[in-house]
Amino acid sequence: MRARLLWRKGLSWFMLSLTGFCALGSVLVLFFILGYLVVNGGRAINWAFFTQLPKPVGESGGGMANAIVGSGKLLLLASCIGVPIGFLGGVYLAEFGGRTFSFLVRYTTDLLNGVPSIVIGIFAYSLIVLPMKHFSALAGGFALGVMMIPITMRSTEEFLRAVPKPLREGAMALGASKWKTIQRVVIPAAFRGILTAVLLSLARVAGETAPLLFTAFGNRFWSDGWMHPIASLPVVVFTYAISPYDDWHRQAWAAGLVLLVLVLLTNVISRTVLSRGISVTRS
Amino acid sequence: MEISLKATASNQPPANSSREGVLAEPLAALLTRMKISRLNFFYSKKQALFDVNLEIAANRVTALIGPSGCGKSTLLRTMNRMYETLRNVRLEGEILLDNENLLALDVVQLRRRVGMVFQRPNPFPKSIFENVAFGLRINGYKGSLADSVEHSLKRAALWEEVKDQLHKSAYALSGGQQQRLCIARALAVDPEILLLDEPCSALDPVTTAKIEELMIELKKNYTIVIVTHNMQQAARVSDFTAFMLNGVCVEFNPTALLFTTPSDPRTESYITGRFG
Repeated sequence: MRARLLWRKGLSWFMLSLTGFCALGSVLVLFFILGYLVVNGGRAINWAFFTQLPKPVGESGGGMANAIVGSGKLLLLASCIGVPIGFLGGVYLAEFGGRTFSFLVRYTTDLLNGVPSIVIGIFAYSLIVLPMKHFSALAGGFALGVMMIPITMRSTEEFLRAVPKPLREGAMALGASKWKTIQRVVIPAAFRGILTAVLLSLARVAGETAPLLFTAFGNRFWSDGWMHPIASLPVVVFTYAISPYDDWHRQAWAAGLVLLVLVLLTNVISRTVLSRGISVTRS
Repeated sequence: MEISLKATASNQPPANSSREGVLAEPLAALLTRMKISRLNFFYSKKQALFDVNLEIAANRVTALIGPSGCGKSTLLRTMNRMYETLRNVRLEGEILLDNENLLALDVVQLRRRVGMVFQRPNPFPKSIFENVAFGLRINGYKGSLADSVEHSLKRAALWEEVKDQLHKSAYALSGGQQQRLCIARALAVDPEILLLDEPCSALDPVTTAKIEELMIELKKNYTIVIVTHNMQQAARVSDFTAFMLNGVCVEFNPTALLFTTPSDPRTESYITGRFG
């Protein structure tokens, strides 16, 4: 009897510790990555890193200003494609959709969300790169934009659905048409939540490498306009990391650090400042 | 016309409404704002209203009472066609608003003429000012917004309490203030009829008294229809009362008559608290 009690207590203690360690482990992974990046990449970060172009092979120093700007341009283009389509599609799903078509759209966007990013890259490659016969910022931004659509769409839908029904009725009862109700009452009420979701999806695609490899390709110089190959932080990390030069390895670490900090910052800001979602206090 | 009169006969107050010394104003002597005839309403297959006939007298308060689920809110929601936001509902019968077919009116126009206040205060997540101005803005109001907002807030007896904080969030107000804000918001578009769907059920007695006073004040300028669970409230504020049961309008009479000498035994059981 006593042995059985000890066994049960012991098992309980063991399982509790195991779950605790696993939970702790998942937290540690992030801090481990962050610490490792700081140790390895921190030294390569200086003013020149943010302001200069890469130096030719063999010369040390230089920076990746072009990749930072390039990532910015790609994300801007991606937002121009992903946010309007995702947002308006989400409005349709939440407010206008019937049964069959909405189900189909929802199901398809969930599938699209699960498509491997490299496949989306191939899609952009065959749709834009092949006809144009060269890599371009346009193709890269398009690939990232396609990836943003499902995330933006589903979260827009969720946040719009969370707006309480009495608010809509209140607007309709004043003679507002359905669109006016959505535009003036429902969307403003859900705005913070939607903005958070957009920022999170932006942070998510900011780190995508695979779809950029054969769309935006990369560039060691400034890239004008949208029709030329363009550098981006994730691709630079990839190419520098597989290079044989120590200096490039250090810069790859630094680029990884910058990328991670940008993504984390976006995450933290959108989760803390904007996270309350609906700006409606429910009684 | 003859047919519809016959059909409504059981619900209509007798021509001479004074019975056993109770003084009550007969409906026939008043201008009719809205006339509902043989109204049937269905939620998909389930019928919620059965041959309802009702006349809403101008500048009077008409109360709809009855137990939960009797169809009084459904009936109220036919008067500004709020039911149209639901799927799979069907309405049969006739509703006239100032002798016009209400069901054929443009719904935006209709809802400007027939305002509504809901059970729970539902101010928009905007400032007090913007809440009242909302209806004016969406309807392309040309005059001075500030004047109109002030006027509406005064009518809803809220102006004195909020005049220095018009740009604060409406959520900063108490429940009763929020409900009066919703009344002000409805009044801003200058409706002819005001529909109140249990406007006091989420409020405390003091605030309820304020809203009741307001209703009596408002009927000088507006026609009011109120759904209420509270029979004392119906007796206090209304001029006419319709008692509904299981989707049927059992009795429709001047309030003074209905609560003292109900003509239907079911009304009597309900108001004496035997069911519901």
